[in-house]
Amino acid sequence: MTDRRPRGLPARLPVLWPAAMLLLFFVVPFGIMLAVSFFHQVEGGFYEPGFELANYARFLDPFFGRALLFSLWISVLAAVIVIAVAFPFTYCLTRLRRSAQVPFLVFVLAVLSLSEVIIGFAWSTLLSRTAGLSNLVAWASLIPRAQAWTPSFGALLMGLCYLGFPYTVLILYPPLSRLDPEIPEASRTLGASPLRTFFLVIVPVLRGPLLGALIMVFVFNLGAYLLPQVLGRPQHWTLSVHITDQAVFQSNLPFAAAMAIFLMLFSLAFIGLTMVLGGRQEAAR
Amino acid sequence: MSGLRIDHVGKTFGMFEALTDIDLDFPSGRFICLLGPSGCGKTTLLRVIAGLETPTTGRILLDGADITGMPAHRRGLGVVFQSLALFPHLSVGENIAYSLRIRGADLATRRRKAEELLALVHLPGVADRPISQLSGGQRQRVAIARALALDPRLFLLDEPLSALDAKLREAMQVELKLLQQRLGISTIVVTHDQREALTMADIVVVMDHARVQQVGPPLEIYRNPVNAFVADFIGTSNLLPGVADGQGLSIDGIQVAGARPHGLARGSKAAISIRPEEVVVHPAGEQGPNRLPAEVTFVRDLGASVEIMLACAGRELLAVTSPRERPDVRVGDRVVLELPPAACVVLPS
Repeated sequence: MTDRRPRGLPARLPVLWPAAMLLLFFVVPFGIMLAVSFFHQVEGGFYEPGFELANYARFLDPFFGRALLFSLWISVLAAVIVIAVAFPFTYCLTRLRRSAQVPFLVFVLAVLSLSEVIIGFAWSTLLSRTAGLSNLVAWASLIPRAQAWTPSFGALLMGLCYLGFPYTVLILYPPLSRLDPEIPEASRTLGASPLRTFFLVIVPVLRGPLLGALIMVFVFNLGAYLLPQVLGRPQHWTLSVHITDQAVFQSNLPFAAAMAIFLMLFSLAFIGLTMVLGGRQEAAR
Repeated sequence: MSGLRIDHVGKTFGMFEALTDIDLDFPSGRFICLLGPSGCGKTTLLRVIAGLETPTTGRILLDGADITGMPAHRRGLGVVFQSLALFPHLSVGENIAYSLRIRGADLATRRRKAEELLALVHLPGVADRPISQLSGGQRQRVAIARALALDPRLFLLDEPLSALDAKLREAMQVELKLLQQRLGISTIVVTHDQREALTMADIVVVMDHARVQQVGPPLEIYRNPVNAFVADFIGTSNLLPGVADGQGLSIDGIQVAGARPHGLARGSKAAISIRPEEVVVHPAGEQGPNRLPAEVTFVRDLGASVEIMLACAGRELLAVTSPRERPDVRVGDRVVLELPPAACVVLPS
């Protein structure tokens, strides 16, 4: 028998191509950023090569520690809220007839096409005192007079949730569509109400996709840097905003690079922890 | 009144009529098979009984109580689904004890009941295994055990054996029947396999085009089908078209006597239905009543039986005989077919 498998470059292309892309667009920039994070910042200038831990030592400053903790907290909170809203939404959507699903999916995709800038300024207007929703609420006599709801923590949280919602629906839609409809029906015939069926069967069966969506929205929120500036106060600025501030406005690239690496390590640790806990629960079964 | 009453039930999905005026009465403790081709409405009827669909018209009464509007989770019926629908995130034992967990039973009770049911379905010692480690036949048994955990008043199974290979399916048919007899539980099985229905059922309900075509014991339906659809769907049947006359039917001017249904007017178009094993093949020239000339087109020796294909009155006929009674015929031979009057059923066209 003759071995007709391709040899040489064609055979190695499936490995080489992604490896080259990864090297070019991830490993090299990451290496540069890692190197810059140890460089020396020149006062009033740019930076010069060197090796010092001063940029990392600045994390001991409570200001940046607070910014990091706040970034993690609001990213997790928004991710949990988005999943809690988007999962039942998507489940109900997939139970509809295919033709009835289309308008909802088109709407979700339309929201997805909006940029963070448009979403940020739209919510900023909607939550403002002069042209915002509070005028409607005041008109309905639910509050005495119109008031500004932005900038605030609530406004920022709402903006992040709005941004993550369509992505979450699109991630959860395929596994929920594939869910055998007889599984929830079996639960019902065994005595569980629709609500208990949802929590005892549907949620655990789809734990993997749920965990994936949670991690995706968390990482997505962690990277948001425009919404905190438009909808939040300075104390609501996330680490991404501070990184931009240091890199663009303070011209302190070494410190911005150190913060970016720190943020990446923290988010990787969080993702790892989530996956380990998820895997442990799976093994416990 | 004990048993299940399906009182003039109808079900439509938009413009599509899935069930039309289904009126059935089943006494307790019987094994019933809903039999029919795909899309005939049998699964919809089972789902209406289970409470997974609401009928558009009519009522469902169980032991005299109207359960038409009762949600599925309050009916207390055991259901085995076509896909089995076992919960992949739970172990075998947890699947079986799921209904007990819903009712708040403690862990020890759940464990004991799961072991009991696993022993009942001949699958002991697998309670802690994940579902993914079981074979198709084992999953089948777990699904049955799970549905029985509630001690249901009615046991419903939707094409439960369709995913199994032929040998295992035959074994499970017998096992399911024995289990039902041992427990004495009223059981309704949906199937499109007439052999499965004849093996297991006390009562067969033949359905087609959203309607019940015939209800009765399997042999009764096999021997006396009420129309051409039932005759053709249950087993293999020879249908010979003709015109109704005083004794039975006239086929190509030859009188063939047979049981004629009431109300079939003389001169109207009809057909004779006769089972292949009832057709007797004689050499050409043989005289007697209920005989038709034919020509042998194919002979197949299957070991346990011999099948003879024949061309008769413009139709293809099948005769089945045992090797011992095999007539000495070859392809192309002209023969005479005897259609015993007692085996001939006249059906309206």
